[in-house]
Amino acid sequence: MATITTPTKSVAVNPLKQSQPLGAAIAFLGLKGVMPLFHGSQGCTAFAKVVLVRHFREAIPLATTAMTEVSTILGGEDNVGAAILTLVEKAQPEIIGLCTTGLTETRGDDMERILKSFREEHPELNHLPIVSVATPDFKGALQDGYAAAVESIVSTLPTITATITAKSSIEPSPNQVVILVSAAFGPGDVQEIKEIVSAFGLSPIVIPDLSLSLDGHLGDTYSAVTAGGTTLEQLQSVGNSVFTIALGDSMRRAAEILQKQLGIPYEVFPHLTGLRAVDEFLQALMDLSGLSVPQPYLHQRRQLQDAMLDTHFFFGRKRVALALEPDLLATITQWLLSMGAEIHAAVTTTKSPLLQTLPIETVVIGDLEDFEQLAVGADLLIGNSNVAPIARRLNIPLYRLGFPVFDRLGNGQKCTVGYRGTTQLLFEVGNLFLEQEESHGPTISSAPQHSNSQKA
Amino acid sequence: MKLTQGKINELLSESACEHNHKKDHQGKHKSCKQQAQPGAAQGGCAFDGAMIALVPIADAAHLVHGPIACAGNSWGSRGSLSSGPTIHKMGFTTDLNENDVIFGGEKRLYKAILEIHQRYQPAAIFVYSTCVTALIGDDLNAVCQKAAEKTETPVIPVHSPGFVGSKNLGNRLGGEALLEYVVGTREPEVTTPYDINLIGEYNIAGELWNVLPLFKQLGIRVLAQITGDGRYHDIACAHRAKLNVMICSKALINMARKMEERYGIPYIEESFYGVEDMNHCLRNIAKTIGDQDLQQRVEQLIAAEMDQLNQALVPYRQRLKGKRIVLYTGGVKSWSIISAAKDLGMEVCATSTKKSTEEDKARIRSLLGKDGIMMEKGNAQELLRVIDQTKADMLIAGGRNQYTALKARIPFLDINQERHHPYAGYQGLIEMARELDEALYSPVWQQVRQLAPWEVS
Repeated sequence: MATITTPTKSVAVNPLKQSQPLGAAIAFLGLKGVMPLFHGSQGCTAFAKVVLVRHFREAIPLATTAMTEVSTILGGEDNVGAAILTLVEKAQPEIIGLCTTGLTETRGDDMERILKSFREEHPELNHLPIVSVATPDFKGALQDGYAAAVESIVSTLPTITATITAKSSIEPSPNQVVILVSAAFGPGDVQEIKEIVSAFGLSPIVIPDLSLSLDGHLGDTYSAVTAGGTTLEQLQSVGNSVFTIALGDSMRRAAEILQKQLGIPYEVFPHLTGLRAVDEFLQALMDLSGLSVPQPYLHQRRQLQDAMLDTHFFFGRKRVALALEPDLLATITQWLLSMGAEIHAAVTTTKSPLLQTLPIETVVIGDLEDFEQLAVGADLLIGNSNVAPIARRLNIPLYRLGFPVFDRLGNGQKCTVGYRGTTQLLFEVGNLFLEQEESHGPTISSAPQHSNSQKA
Repeated sequence: MKLTQGKINELLSESACEHNHKKDHQGKHKSCKQQAQPGAAQGGCAFDGAMIALVPIADAAHLVHGPIACAGNSWGSRGSLSSGPTIHKMGFTTDLNENDVIFGGEKRLYKAILEIHQRYQPAAIFVYSTCVTALIGDDLNAVCQKAAEKTETPVIPVHSPGFVGSKNLGNRLGGEALLEYVVGTREPEVTTPYDINLIGEYNIAGELWNVLPLFKQLGIRVLAQITGDGRYHDIACAHRAKLNVMICSKALINMARKMEERYGIPYIEESFYGVEDMNHCLRNIAKTIGDQDLQQRVEQLIAAEMDQLNQALVPYRQRLKGKRIVLYTGGVKSWSIISAAKDLGMEVCATSTKKSTEEDKARIRSLLGKDGIMMEKGNAQELLRVIDQTKADMLIAGGRNQYTALKARIPFLDINQERHHPYAGYQGLIEMARELDEALYSPVWQQVRQLAPWEVS
């Protein structure tokens, strides 16, 4: 059981946290033909776009209602309408994901009313789904905004679209499962998850499916909106699914919504990294499908066990400092502990019920200034690219994980889930430990405490 | 400085800005008063612009008074390099929560300033207001003044809520803060007759360091760098310079004009890109402040640099000759890069004129020739159409169009502020030639355009 602490200070220095709308945008970008739209000033969109482009190295569809001083005083209704009409004309989106920001939440724009009157004025656009989500910048963090967007998607799209296609007969699909994927997973993870689930003869509807939109693949034509992702058609048929698999604790509420609205039972899997987490996942897929684990995964499991043997020399007793969002923090914590490493410090961005359950002493909800102080004496840091200068100052190696990672290539395909992903992660992190031991030698690596006491 | 509509109008109709000189000398150019279009706008906000203009001041702390989005999504990402302190690279924000929004953020702001002072002792603290703190009515000036008295450190309010306008307006708001609170507040230890300020150069990728050695060699002293690799104390002394040199940007023109009014410092507008412009810049500085002797030294330096440069460029000129490029960038760069491309023997077949002034456009026309296309507006689709139509070999543009080009399998060179290579000065042209050559002649182009064997009929 971990104690959660929040440092009492008035200034955040080198923030780890990012805003809710940014998280919501990532979730929406996993839908096909989507245009996420921020209701705020143009800078809200521009900043989010820059950081998304830097991380994914892809063109990112993202629009703004471009609030001005006048519209901030008079109300943003006209801007929302004008933005939607312009997007319909110029980008032809299949779905619009509308996110509020700090600005419009502070002035209190009533999004439900704004959309209602837009619908009345523009019945010709009734076919166009607009998913609205409240994402004030002054509350929560990226993971919360992402989760809120997924909750909006599952609470509106399956029902809206169900009424549109009511006449088409709904056939029950005994093999169809919904997979809700949290902000802790990237496009490469989603691809691996889809492969695993499909290998059990199940047909997954992944929400959101980043593996088709932000994975990095060369298309044939230019597209102003996402070229791939969860399709509207798939979202329409969510109601036919027999089960929901929620990956990451922050997907729990979205799964509950599907259970309440469409009667689909669910199970939450907080982690998919590490032997036991993957074992439990595969066992669940076995129970669900009635099939036994496909041969390739049995072999991958043996490979993972072998890798654990090879790498455990380097992980044992290593002190690792983590700066990650709650879901990812929990995953990496349990995985490191399962390898015999210790958590030297854990800093995260936002509250989550998951944090208290972690088998470590404390979790700090703080910034990278807190992290820099807590990380002193660690053997390894794990965090996003903004941790790199800290790693240099402290002379501690860094494994880059989380968002944004702008100083490493291949974020669209990085995979840390399943037996294969875990094995890969073991090697990558293990190599950092190995390199450290080779360069410093074992005597020096045990020295820091000695030199500390000398200083004191 | 209070941010009033009058102040904003004054900045938008800046008299020294070419945008505001239409033929009839009436009213504002439409590009300045034009508001961001919902659904179509792509640019940054005024807050973004103010940060771009001021964050390069490397020994100051830059504190963003607002919710996490404004600083959290952007801190540390600007390419302005420092030769010394790096506190400007740190992200400071009051990270407002719901309570602050309801009850006001002034107390938190005051304490935040004190904490920064206590823990980091920066030379100064710039405090930026944002949409939310402007909307809830926090009194930035009062808090900054009180904190400045308490800490005995300059605390400068920058009124930059994003909703007041574009990045360009934000640049000027940043400039206003410097004029109001910084310039003229200290005296330099010594002055020379050859003191200049550089205004509007942000030392992206260390560009300034391609040029500063030339000034040093000539005996020209750069008193204040406003703001690339700048220091607070130097900028506070900027009023003692003999000449302001505006670099490649109208963004801080309000500073140059008002410093002329207040301190009688003349200003010239120059560019560091391309041989012609670099030569022009040095000659013009020497002519404006210098004596015969300095002018002679400039000619000697130019001759020597040209000699070296021409030798270094021989292999590149051969390979780049006749290559056709489309240029998509703003303002002064829309012609200064054409001039650099021509130095390399390349042909510019189209350029954007979206943010260009009439003066810029006239220069573009003379540089482009009659077949050149001037794109008045554009988006990714339009850009791809022009590239296709002109059969261009590559696109030179800002980072946000990088993936538009790459996904269409078109070679690309980044020219804007996120880039990692310095193109300014004589050395910069060699760097640019090398990058262009690398982009155009990469062996990947043929491979990514190639069909799979089974697709070939």
